[in-house]
Amino acid sequence: MAHSATHAQGQQHPIKLYLVVWAWLFILSACSYFVDYFQLQGLLRYSLIILFMLLKAGLIVAVFMHMAWERLSLVYAILVPISAVLVFVAIMVLESDYTLLSRIAFFGSGS
Amino acid sequence: MAEQVLTELRTTHSEATGLRSIATDFSSDRQAFRNVSWGKAMMWIFLLSDTFVFSCFLISYMTARMSTTVPWPNPSEVFALTIGGTSLPLILIAIMTFVLISSSGTMAMAVNFGYRRDRRKTAVLMLVTALLGATFVGMQAFEWTKLIHEGVRPWGNPWGAAQFGSSFFMITGFHGTHVSFGVLFLLVIARKVWRGDYDHERRGFFTSRKGRYESVEIMGLYWHFVDLVWVFIFAFFYLW
Repeated sequence: MAHSATHAQGQQHPIKLYLVVWAWLFILSACSYFVDYFQLQGLLRYSLIILFMLLKAGLIVAVFMHMAWERLSLVYAILVPISAVLVFVAIMVLESDYTLLSRIAFFGSGS
Repeated sequence: MAEQVLTELRTTHSEATGLRSIATDFSSDRQAFRNVSWGKAMMWIFLLSDTFVFSCFLISYMTARMSTTVPWPNPSEVFALTIGGTSLPLILIAIMTFVLISSSGTMAMAVNFGYRRDRRKTAVLMLVTALLGATFVGMQAFEWTKLIHEGVRPWGNPWGAAQFGSSFFMITGFHGTHVSFGVLFLLVIARKVWRGDYDHERRGFFTSRKGRYESVEIMGLYWHFVDLVWVFIFAFFYLW
């Protein structure tokens, strides 16, 4: 069976690769911790948090979860539906702005 | 002649790249994702559904936080611990993050040694992963206890917006449940590896299918996903 033969090989990558990714995850986590520790504020804070978050997520998915070596159709089957979540986020940001404005208009700053 | 055409077709089929590879995969009469076993595909589909569940939680948290007129508690202070007289902001969460990342590292190495058919190293690395996971859950239990003592409830808290409590317990609770089940899952697979089930193709008790070292990778997908979710919780809940 050619099918199981390809699988017996599995995801064979040098251990060093995993150690490097592991080290990077540590560094990036430390960076996001220090964003809070040094109390960075405003746009700088949010852009750094999101940058470190996306880098970490990317490393985990691409290397640890082996997505970098998967079939393109599997990759698309996973990543395309997730873009729907981003649309949902955008909708809810607009909705919460509207709710906030209504609350301020009708209830003052009470609830 | 016909044979030559067939061979040519077959080579183009297997060598298809880019968009063409997607077309051949989805139009193939075998399985949707060529060279991806069902076990792995199904775990990915489960994780995709789990992504939506966690997304809905985080999005509802975001909506609650952005639309409330009451000030939101400062997570940096709420989750600070006083160690040796100095108050360190968010220190517990930072340690929890490092513990979980370490468990992801040991898990990735366990998968690697699994494919090298190194039974002992795989099992030991999986047990270390389980231990780190259990440590994480233990620290979370400590965190919950501390906050409950300080008066945080799903319907309120001493520092401001009531939604803080419900978001906190729902999001971290659901994630902690995932970690706990992951630890259980790790122990089950580690036992199978240790016993040599995947070397002898011993049939599973429940499915009566032959086990393969790929199970370690599938288990790893689940574990890395739990770590992945924590990356987003860490950023959106604790750093925002």
